[in-house]
Amino acid sequence: MNITEKILARASGKNNVSPDDVVFANVDKAMIHDVSGPGVIKVFEKLAKQGISVDKLWDPSKIWVAEDHFVPSADQVSAENIVQLSKFTKKYGIEKHFKYGMGQYGICHTLSHEEAMVLPGEAYVGGDSHTNTTGALGAFACGLGHTDMAYVLLNGKIWFKVPETYYFKLNGKLSEHVMAKDFILRIIGDIGTEGCAYRAMQFGGTGINEMSVEERLTLTNMTTEAGAKNGIIAPDQKIFDYLGARGAKNFTPVYDDANNEYAKIFEYEASELEPLVAKPYSPENVAAARDISSIELDKAYIGSCTGAKLEDLRAVAKILKGRKVKIRTEILPAAISIYKKALDEGLVSIFLDAGVTIGPPTCGACCGAHMGVLAKDEVCVSTTNRNFPGRMGHVESKTYLASPLVAAASAVTGKITDPRDLK
Amino acid sequence: MKGNAIKYDKDNIDTDVILPGTYLKLHDYDELAKHAMEGLDPDFHSKVKDGDYIVAGRNFGCGSSREHAPIALSYSGIKAVLALSFARIFYRNAVDGAFLLPIEIDEDAYKSISNGDQLEISVEKNTIKNLTKNKDYKMKPFSELIGKIIVAGGLFKYKP
Repeated sequence: MNITEKILARASGKNNVSPDDVVFANVDKAMIHDVSGPGVIKVFEKLAKQGISVDKLWDPSKIWVAEDHFVPSADQVSAENIVQLSKFTKKYGIEKHFKYGMGQYGICHTLSHEEAMVLPGEAYVGGDSHTNTTGALGAFACGLGHTDMAYVLLNGKIWFKVPETYYFKLNGKLSEHVMAKDFILRIIGDIGTEGCAYRAMQFGGTGINEMSVEERLTLTNMTTEAGAKNGIIAPDQKIFDYLGARGAKNFTPVYDDANNEYAKIFEYEASELEPLVAKPYSPENVAAARDISSIELDKAYIGSCTGAKLEDLRAVAKILKGRKVKIRTEILPAAISIYKKALDEGLVSIFLDAGVTIGPPTCGACCGAHMGVLAKDEVCVSTTNRNFPGRMGHVESKTYLASPLVAAASAVTGKITDPRDLK
Repeated sequence: MKGNAIKYDKDNIDTDVILPGTYLKLHDYDELAKHAMEGLDPDFHSKVKDGDYIVAGRNFGCGSSREHAPIALSYSGIKAVLALSFARIFYRNAVDGAFLLPIEIDEDAYKSISNGDQLEISVEKNTIKNLTKNKDYKMKPFSELIGKIIVAGGLFKYKP
């Protein structure tokens, strides 16, 4: 068995599982946020009317809550959702509720690693499609809807069809101008948005060993865009150090069996990768940044669980230091802890000197919620993960997905720019 | 069950067009229905009738995990989506929440069904009858678990 299969076997109390087996897995951790939380509350109300008990959760200590999509409250409806969520966590005794305006808070997937909420070997589900992100820590991490999350909160388990695993091997080390974002865009460009539907995507090879923890998280984050059930990476010393520094202890990492076989293996050479973008309106619509350098932009958006981690901000600062942005540029650090580190490292000053507007941690315009959504025909380069029609605002706005380096270089020139071509 | 086809000859119809992100803060199901398919077909709300089916291409419902998407379609009156394939979270949300049937069809059925065709679907027999064109199509049978959850009326009513 591979890592995904071993975690699902352990979670469902079986010695062995194979792809296509249907299991009810006991989950170790569960997360809801200000969109899926009120959705769960609505399901609870429906269940109560049907006479199904919603008096007690399965285990409040294993459930955590984030406020990220519409915060700081974008309008009255969002404010009411936040109030409802606070009442819910109080009523059910959920202590790990990251509230905006009260210290650490941020995008749920960022908190999952920044706060070591999920550990290697665990089975983790969240009410958000990019829950896959956390698989970079060596956990089975998978996104679900409201009904399924309500079921998990009440029963501590949920059904899964064991996925077959595609293995993506990266040989060598990424060059200075190429980031994990370019690698995952290359993969999605090759296999398409349905290329790993219902499957697990596992990453490995020397290129992954060389990669930092935060860069690995960019890979697993966007496995969702290839349709994958989960993304996963065998945890190594870098992961243990990262989590150890955040107070994590007592976990059981899981690795592939020696005789494991993958359904398919894809091999990439790091030296052959280059800065890429995904053009509107699909993450699979990939082109070399250099090949579309005539595309004129109105905005640059540096934010989200995909592209506003500390290293993403450092990459942006490397480009923006001593330069000015030519188009509207927003930077929204993905969590308060990252914001603080960016401030301590002097990154925030670099951004302000470059003319950037800095916003609070939020999913914000990534999902078209607030904080800089796009108007009709507006063209944006963005470090986020999706560019479907209307994703960031008007259905006729256009989003080009790119790495933090490409987004920052493009902010300086006002056109799609390969960082190697920046004067 | 009988209904008319609303056909979108398109792959990768994602949750951002089925129910745009700005409405994710809404949790009133009838209110969500007013914005169903807004990103792709602004006339959808005015033309959809109770019992209609959506017919679409590959990877229907890809993107976000928002259950708002099948909810908005269901509360618009859509009883089933017939597609060449489905994205995983949309599929399980539709079934586990008992909002609508995600029915996988083959290329022949997809090409043959036109917008407005009247269809009769029998889940028991795994058949789709096109009453307008007098043709029969096969649908992919549901897997054992999915079939049981559908018969039970959603995940909470299913007893493992």
